[in-house]
Amino acid sequence: MKMKRASKIYTALIMIFLFAPIAILLVFSFNEAKSLSVFTGFSLKWYRELFRDTETLRAVLNTLLLAVSASLVSTVMGTAAAVGINKLRNKVLRSTLDSVTNIPMINPDIITGISLMLMFVFVGRLFGAATSLSFWTMLISHITFCLPYVILQVLPKLQQMDKALPEAAMDLGCTPLRAFFKAELPEIMPGVITGLIMAFTMSLDDFVISYFTAGNGFQTLPIRIYSMTKKTVTPKMYALATIIFFVILSLLLLSNFYDEEAMNKRRQKKKSKEKQPQAPNVKLKTQN
Amino acid sequence: MNDKTRRLIQRLTLTPYSVWAVLFIVVPLLFVAYYAFTDQNFHFTFDNISRFFTATSVVDNGETTREVHTYLVIFMRSLKLAVISTVVCLVMGYPLAYIMARASERTQSVLLTLIMIPMWMNFLIRTYAWMTILQDTGILNGFLSALHLGRIHIIGTESAVVIGMVYDYFPYMVLPIYSIMAKLDVKLLEAASDLGCPGLSVLRRVIWPLSIPGVLSGITMVLIPSISTFYISQKLGNGKFFLIGDAIEGQYTANNLHFAAAIAFILMVILLVCMALMQKLANRRLVAA
Repeated sequence: MKMKRASKIYTALIMIFLFAPIAILLVFSFNEAKSLSVFTGFSLKWYRELFRDTETLRAVLNTLLLAVSASLVSTVMGTAAAVGINKLRNKVLRSTLDSVTNIPMINPDIITGISLMLMFVFVGRLFGAATSLSFWTMLISHITFCLPYVILQVLPKLQQMDKALPEAAMDLGCTPLRAFFKAELPEIMPGVITGLIMAFTMSLDDFVISYFTAGNGFQTLPIRIYSMTKKTVTPKMYALATIIFFVILSLLLLSNFYDEEAMNKRRQKKKSKEKQPQAPNVKLKTQN
Repeated sequence: MNDKTRRLIQRLTLTPYSVWAVLFIVVPLLFVAYYAFTDQNFHFTFDNISRFFTATSVVDNGETTREVHTYLVIFMRSLKLAVISTVVCLVMGYPLAYIMARASERTQSVLLTLIMIPMWMNFLIRTYAWMTILQDTGILNGFLSALHLGRIHIIGTESAVVIGMVYDYFPYMVLPIYSIMAKLDVKLLEAASDLGCPGLSVLRRVIWPLSIPGVLSGITMVLIPSISTFYISQKLGNGKFFLIGDAIEGQYTANNLHFAAAIAFILMVILLVCMALMQKLANRRLVAA
């Protein structure tokens, strides 16, 4: 269906609103002067300066390290939890688990951050530590807010799956563990992958929870940016944002490309199947 | 599968997560309550909670001075700005979600990607970029004066904060509504117009009721982060007026953990009550439908 003209104009206006700040970031990252609102000439000097800023580069590495560890741990634990929740027959236990899982998603980030910080500080004080906030407290916090997203991605896939599948594998002599890896896991893999990607990006982008649970020694990129924006900001930060933008853009294009490939393959398969005579669709009439 | 192995699997898969959830989701919330109801020496007290409701400060607007309830004013302001932002997001986002859902498959995936790209940019940088746009000597004013349209003063006003909130949380409104609308059965809409329902009525009587679950989750996903934000108000509000998030963050930076916990506790209770009410409303609507 072609879009109508009014729809097109409306969509275009919204896109201008969404991308105006990003366009400004891109342009001013090449500014010669220090200003973020008056463009004086093209220069790459802020990029050069960015690559000389060891503190920011270390923050990038820290962020990646944290996001990789948090997303891997939360994906493994969350997938296992989803399998367990799916098999759970005790209704009270199940609804309790469901509500607890929902808490980090419903609660504002600032409350999740404050609550974890209070606990870490309290427990740290019990052990007589001057400061208990470190990489580990941040890792725990990131795993905690990533877990619900993994579970919510995996659980529906488990519910869609044919329950007989793992049982058949076990009847044919698989151990339960082997049945899970050979029969169940491939079925729920799309959910697991989506969960992993969501957890990774949530961890990468998180500022509020990190802000409250970060130690002095360990700085992630959002926290580094926060301290940069407390002083006067130079186009260096825009250079950083521009690089992030192009990394994201290429990742998205790449994943879209793979999706399309997969879709094309599926379509071809479907076509070869469609050549067989089909029964008339009676279902339509019985629906009202 | 016999019952014994089933139970064993259940225990092995559920135990790590259950322990984790209790330790790092439930217990920390208990700590919020514990800090909220204790003083520096961890003796029980109501002082933190009552301070939220009774603390006053003097507002001086040049001619007259008046005394106001500090934190109640902050809370009402947060609520007002968050509600305005949510309504603006809904009014802007609903038509977009509708347009997207009815576009061709290819257009849909392109638009979806476009809407998600800003979400992946760091939100601090996005907000900062808005600050450079809206400043008195900023890009918007440069643009306006180049067109001889005069200048506007917007930074440091409530409108600037609302713009920031709408920009940052707009995708959270569009995406859930879109995902519901994309699943709507086209036959249903065709049936409605075949039976003589005019276009606008189809929207009001068929599409809108069916999209309510998406609208509700969009509303919560915009309302909750915008009521609790503290960065947007600092940058776009020029730090001139506090929101509830600023109050919590300020007490945290001042190392006043017990009062920070009290504000967080009150915010949490209020949000919980709102969510429960909304859930009830949604359920009643579903039953009625």
